[in-house]
Amino acid sequence: MNRLNHLFAARKGNLLSIYYTAGYPELNTTLDIAEALEKAGADFLEIGFPYSDPVADGPTIQHSSQQALDNGMTLNLLFEQLKNLRKRVTIPVLLMGYFNPIVQYGVEQFCKKAAEAGVDGVIVPDLPIYEYETMYAGFFKSNNLSNIFLVTPQTSADRIRKIDELSNSFIYLLSSSSITGGSLDVSDSIENYYKRIKAMQLKNPAIIGFGIGDNATFKKACEYADGAIVGSKFVKLLESENYLEKINGFIHSIRTSL
Amino acid sequence: MKYGVNEHGYYGDFGGAYVPEMLYPNIEELRQQYLKIINEPDFKAEFDLLLKDYVGRPSPLYFAKRYSEKYGANIFLKREDLNHTGSHKINNAIGQILLAQRLGKKRIIAETGAGQHGVATATVCALKGIECVVYMGEVDMERQAPNVSRMKMLGAKVVPARSGSKTLKDATNEALRDWIANPVDTHYIIGSVVGPYPYPDMVARFQSIISFEAKKQLFEHTGKELPEYVMACVGGGSNAMGMFYHFLDDESVKLIAVEAAGKGVNSGHSAATTILGREGVLHGSRTILMQTDDGQVVEPYSISAGLDYPGIGPQHAHLYKINRAQYTSVTDDEALQAGLLCCQLEGIIPAIESAHALAQLEKMNFKKDDNVIICLSGRGDKDLDTYIKYFNY
Ligand SMILES: Cc1ncc(COP(=O)(O)O)c(C=O)c1O
Repeated sequence: MNRLNHLFAARKGNLLSIYYTAGYPELNTTLDIAEALEKAGADFLEIGFPYSDPVADGPTIQHSSQQALDNGMTLNLLFEQLKNLRKRVTIPVLLMGYFNPIVQYGVEQFCKKAAEAGVDGVIVPDLPIYEYETMYAGFFKSNNLSNIFLVTPQTSADRIRKIDELSNSFIYLLSSSSITGGSLDVSDSIENYYKRIKAMQLKNPAIIGFGIGDNATFKKACEYADGAIVGSKFVKLLESENYLEKINGFIHSIRTSL
Repeated sequence: MKYGVNEHGYYGDFGGAYVPEMLYPNIEELRQQYLKIINEPDFKAEFDLLLKDYVGRPSPLYFAKRYSEKYGANIFLKREDLNHTGSHKINNAIGQILLAQRLGKKRIIAETGAGQHGVATATVCALKGIECVVYMGEVDMERQAPNVSRMKMLGAKVVPARSGSKTLKDATNEALRDWIANPVDTHYIIGSVVGPYPYPDMVARFQSIISFEAKKQLFEHTGKELPEYVMACVGGGSNAMGMFYHFLDDESVKLIAVEAAGKGVNSGHSAATTILGREGVLHGSRTILMQTDDGQVVEPYSISAGLDYPGIGPQHAHLYKINRAQYTSVTDDEALQAGLLCCQLEGIIPAIESAHALAQLEKMNFKKDDNVIICLSGRGDKDLDTYIKYFNY
């Protein structure tokens, strides 16, 4: 059991997770942002480590990644910053990023360092199931790290079952087949997709991401899943001045209708 | 095939399909269908006919007499520059458009560096009346402007890639993003032996016509089954893989792959991937790529837009690692000088990409009767501006 498992055991529904890119907008505010998010009432966090070629991301997260790299963010530095993570933050934390920086760092070493820092899970969009199962699953398991898989409206039922089997905390449901930063698709076909998944009675809770950014979209997502993830909209907030002071209001605006 | 791909898409340690879940259905559909489709008699017949009547194949294997005298061996040029649209890229574009049609796709996307693959893709889309969107780095749009106009005349929409370094790798990222957003109706025609499995194998098969023809043609010229050397330039590696393909299992044939050293391997402005790169994951496959210690992709440099790519195809990474092929590099200056020499000795203006392979001739130690085949992957029309500026003509 890690913090994610405890969270999902204790709380059903309306969970709010926030994504942001480490090193953006400033190099050394990674933990300040995390702390502010916990205080404001976020339930868990996804801290992104930047990559030069983020193919699954739209302009907002591309920009935050490039800026973070320009600021000097590296995996080494991030793990340095995360040494104090558990002195300041108690909610579950995931790391999210592309596979190549992890390969260079060493997959085993990455998992070890993440666990030492008190990280609970990892999301690597471009690490496929076959490679995960045959080469890397052992490193995740021995470090008590949950690996989070994505499901899209195009994912087949067989594959969703397989993903459910391999998962041990939650499944990340994409609200559409798109890159990050789009708007929420509320078409019938998408509603049918959520219903189809709900009917499958998966053993893992599902969290919806992509296109969530205000109370309406958060509520909509929570009708069909156990919670939702806000990414680009929060990263946009970080572009503004005094962003740390605005985090509380932002989280409240997601949680409560105007 | 000893050096071919295995069922999981790997060549030794390299390959695979490292794509986000959003692309999994697209890739899986291709993986399940591509061999079946390209082996259908109807596909083969249409592919062969278009290569013959539309592309103008077989491309000649030309015995270059004056080169041969200069370098003391029998030098043959495989004339992919004579293909319709001016390079080998059309072979793959024809193959993939026929595949896309049979998959019921209504829209084509592509990335391009030098613009040769973009032009080839725009061409086959015009031929088939299918919508075409080509992503091209903003920097490349400037240095290969004539090709941008050609694509537009052919009815394609050219979208500038403005992210990152605004060159080929970023155009590839943008094409992948488009494909994520349009998973059902769109086929992505990748222009080289890169990307997630099955692309490297599929593109290699379509380009393998180069060595299939060359092998027969060499026999007609010389009565010999095999050459001593086969040489080609490597960006992503499609003309090289096509040129090597039917010689891979003939271990006596020395395979020489020439990368772009740019301003020099150690100048900080280079695209010599095997020397400067390390193993990692780029654009969906495990391969060798230029990157920082932290795993960030490094922007390569070459005067030739078609070689300006930070990785190489996974099969090349494998051939390099196991020493089946030798990887070398030549600088901008060496390539341009070799391009001019080709004009003056053989009356052929080569693409600057192809001129890299020609420049390697200077560095070889041939024996007198060696038969050497070089892939002249494209013609130099698109590069006239660069040549003119460099030589002050
Ligand atoms: C004439 C020519 N040769 C070679 C290349 C490099 O590509 P590849 O290594 O895939 O053959 C290009 C790419 O644009 C090209 O236009």
